[in-house]
Amino acid sequence: MIADNDILESLQQQVQEAAARNTPLRLVGGDSKSFLGNSDNGEPLSLAAHRGIVNYEPKELVITARAGTPLRDIELTLAAQQQRLAFEPPHFGDGATLGGTIACGLSGPARPYAGSARDFVLGVRMLNGRGENLRFGGEVMKNVAGYDVSRLMCGAMGTLGVLLEISLKVLPGPEREITLVQERTPEEAIRVVNAWAARPIPLTASCYDGLHLYVRISGVAEAVAAGRDLVGGTELPDSDTIWQDIREHRHAFFDSTRPLWRLSLPPRTAPLALPGKELIDWGGAQRWLLSDAPGTSIRRIVAEHGGHATLFRRGVEHERFHPLSDALLKLHQRLKQAFDPVAILNPGRLYPDF
Amino acid sequence: MASRSPDKPIDKQQLVAQLRTILSSASIIHETEALRPYECDGLSAYRQIPLVVVLPETEAQVLKIMQLCHRRNIPVVARGAATGLSGGALPLADGVLLSLAKFNRILDLDPLDRSARVQPGVRNLAISEAAAGHGLYYAPDPSSQIACTIGGNVAENSGGVHCLKYGLTVHNILQLKVVMADGELVTIGSEALDTAGYDLLALMTGSEGMLGIVTEVTVRLLPTPQRAQVMLAAFDDVETAADAVGALIAAGIIPAGLEMMDGLALRAAEDFVHAGYPTDAAAILLCEVDGTNEEVSAATMRVRKLLLAQGAREVRTAKTEAERITFWKGRKNAFPAVGRIAPDYYCMDGTVPRKRLGEVLTTISGLSERYQLPVANVFHAGDGNLHPLILYDANQPGELQRAEDLGADILELCVRVGGTITGEHGVGHEKMQQMCVQFSAAELNQFRALKAAFDPQALLNPGKAIPLPRHCSEYRSLGGELLTRPGARQEASN
Ligand SMILES: Cc1cc2nc3c(=O)[nH]c(=O)nc-3n(C[C@H](O)[C@H](O)[C@H](O)COP(=O)(O)OP(=O)(O)OC[C@H]3O[C@@H](n4cnc5c(N)ncnc54)[C@H](O)[C@@H]3O)c2cc1C
Repeated sequence: MIADNDILESLQQQVQEAAARNTPLRLVGGDSKSFLGNSDNGEPLSLAAHRGIVNYEPKELVITARAGTPLRDIELTLAAQQQRLAFEPPHFGDGATLGGTIACGLSGPARPYAGSARDFVLGVRMLNGRGENLRFGGEVMKNVAGYDVSRLMCGAMGTLGVLLEISLKVLPGPEREITLVQERTPEEAIRVVNAWAARPIPLTASCYDGLHLYVRISGVAEAVAAGRDLVGGTELPDSDTIWQDIREHRHAFFDSTRPLWRLSLPPRTAPLALPGKELIDWGGAQRWLLSDAPGTSIRRIVAEHGGHATLFRRGVEHERFHPLSDALLKLHQRLKQAFDPVAILNPGRLYPDF
Repeated sequence: MASRSPDKPIDKQQLVAQLRTILSSASIIHETEALRPYECDGLSAYRQIPLVVVLPETEAQVLKIMQLCHRRNIPVVARGAATGLSGGALPLADGVLLSLAKFNRILDLDPLDRSARVQPGVRNLAISEAAAGHGLYYAPDPSSQIACTIGGNVAENSGGVHCLKYGLTVHNILQLKVVMADGELVTIGSEALDTAGYDLLALMTGSEGMLGIVTEVTVRLLPTPQRAQVMLAAFDDVETAADAVGALIAAGIIPAGLEMMDGLALRAAEDFVHAGYPTDAAAILLCEVDGTNEEVSAATMRVRKLLLAQGAREVRTAKTEAERITFWKGRKNAFPAVGRIAPDYYCMDGTVPRKRLGEVLTTISGLSERYQLPVANVFHAGDGNLHPLILYDANQPGELQRAEDLGADILELCVRVGGTITGEHGVGHEKMQQMCVQFSAAELNQFRALKAAFDPQALLNPGKAIPLPRHCSEYRSLGGELLTRPGARQEASN
């Protein structure tokens, strides 16, 4: 096995050389999310070998691992101590790594209630586009020294830096968890989940498939029992599978050849009645849409409601992510320039312009 | 980054005349005596009279002020309630101080969306008060919450006693309106849970007024817990109390708040507000659990047992809501209480890994003896966020310097054990030198490049938070001389 330092040095060297030669790099972890974002065709920079948990102390509620560490390894290590990644990241494939998970900034069913991937990022070590090895944030819960570069990396799709090591806050798993199901119209479903969320009920997931509203409640046994009485409905014999299936896009809804859109909306937005089929997730804040409608019209309607639309899978749009306003685009380009002056890190993956 | 070089010495009269085209005369302060109240923030050891103070009341006015200052290359420092403890709102002699005090309206509060859109000068507590009728509240609760503004909270990423469970400002805001250095208005974030592109919302939070002026904040509201219960545990030594903190977390309990006060702090608080604290204890922990009735009953029993097993001499549970508030009153008033027992105090803000708390407190107590200055500790134990309060007398020659040196040693100790120089108060003007200890030259350069992406002329709060490489090398080269200070730098060589 190659020593960790050699791997690190080799990565640093590859980035420095690419910067010198002005050659774009394509950052690859486990290659489980290559479908996400615009295509880019740089030379592959493989991060999979830079793996391993660097520090995990359950008492500190922190785990630090190298970016190439399989997400599965992290989850198993945490589960052995009854802890977990509270944002429940989707894997989208066996090879998912921690680095890819954070770079894509994806979160699972618990997102509206427990927080997103970036909410749990405490610190990163990274290479910028000059190949400089930099560390921001740390392993402590509160840290406001300098700008919050670690959270900025989350969702940047590798365009601002090569993540080397990531520290995340972790949380204990709940004592008990149940999923309740009840029939609702779409309007009702959105209204009731938002009304419940405004009450002290320990909700941890909710989704609506067009007919049934599913609600997950987690916590100590007594609180779960009280929540069940307030929410009502039938308890599923298996509380877990439905959420895993939705998270990983294995649920029957996703079985389609049509373009898959992810709509991010203010949670209580009424059903949009866009052409196609919809699955309402995250208490209304994330909606999956299978539709052949033109991207421009989907985006226009979603934007009118204060949201944005990502072409998640398939489809032909030139831009996978929602176009930015002129002012924000300018700011993004300047930030890109600040971190990656020669534009070698995943250029175009997030937006064609940078 | 291009450093700012003002046109020439700024012609104050001309500037005031230009500001009068934007604001009423009453909203422009430029006479020395009237400017004096603005010379410092909560860290009053640093003072500077600004060139002028402006008090705009509309976004359009802020845009015009920023456009004017951009055109004339005049630096601008934003100011909320000036409760900041790192000199972040310290004015510049050749700069405009932009007060958001008149931006004090709650614009919209939507119970179904669980959000509130407010102006930046709204006080933190006012948001929770307005939301209370809907069974909602705004979670981050700095001890200064009756005075500090939400704009200041965003700029500092402020925390509070309930952040262990409910997160910091960054976890509880949805959208910002920001006036950029060039006088352009941008909206960052949205009422959805995420937006396209980079996470500028996270980046703006904690940026200490250096990336933009926040003119509107949409915060997330949470349902008020059905019940909250606080326990007070007394310990005979500080290390045992510190270890109990880790033990609670290790047992899978995330209290809503977990605060610690040492003997000096708890006695000062007791004298001040009569909270009924055990004044002979070496330390107390205040542990709050909240949630549904059922959750709270279950958690209270577990926490009690655990604290006793960890060596607490006594664990009291607040029997009524009034008693719960009294327990917290001592904690929330701890800073002013300590302020009564010494002419001056200097509040530090490092964070350390929880498991190092005991050892760090012991080292601090050693430093306190060496520097011959008492230190009281009252802090967010669950987050490992220390607030050593160094007691001194600014009228005694050399004491302020000694307090600052002791503070510097404490912050460097925090870095050495794997922590940070600031958990929630920000770097501001105060901790510039310690930034050189925590970050490498390349990291500081990256911060500067980032700043330049937002503010190429370096007009927003210049000279704060991010030191120049030159400053760091001066600081490092001083290291030799610093070693001769009483007791200083000894740990560094350990
Ligand atoms: C007794 C006491 C207890 C405290 N307890 C806590 C605590 O528990 N937790 C905690 O985190 N802090 C605490 N603080 C520190 C302080 O209250 C916080 O940092 C607070 O957020 C500052 O808010 P402010 O409105 O007073 O901001 P100011 O002090 O006026 O400004 C702080 C910084 O924000 C910038 N700023 C202000 N408004 C804006 C705006 N609209 N746009 C852009 N930048 C802006 C300023 O330029 C400055 O850099 C305490 C302070 C005191 C005095």
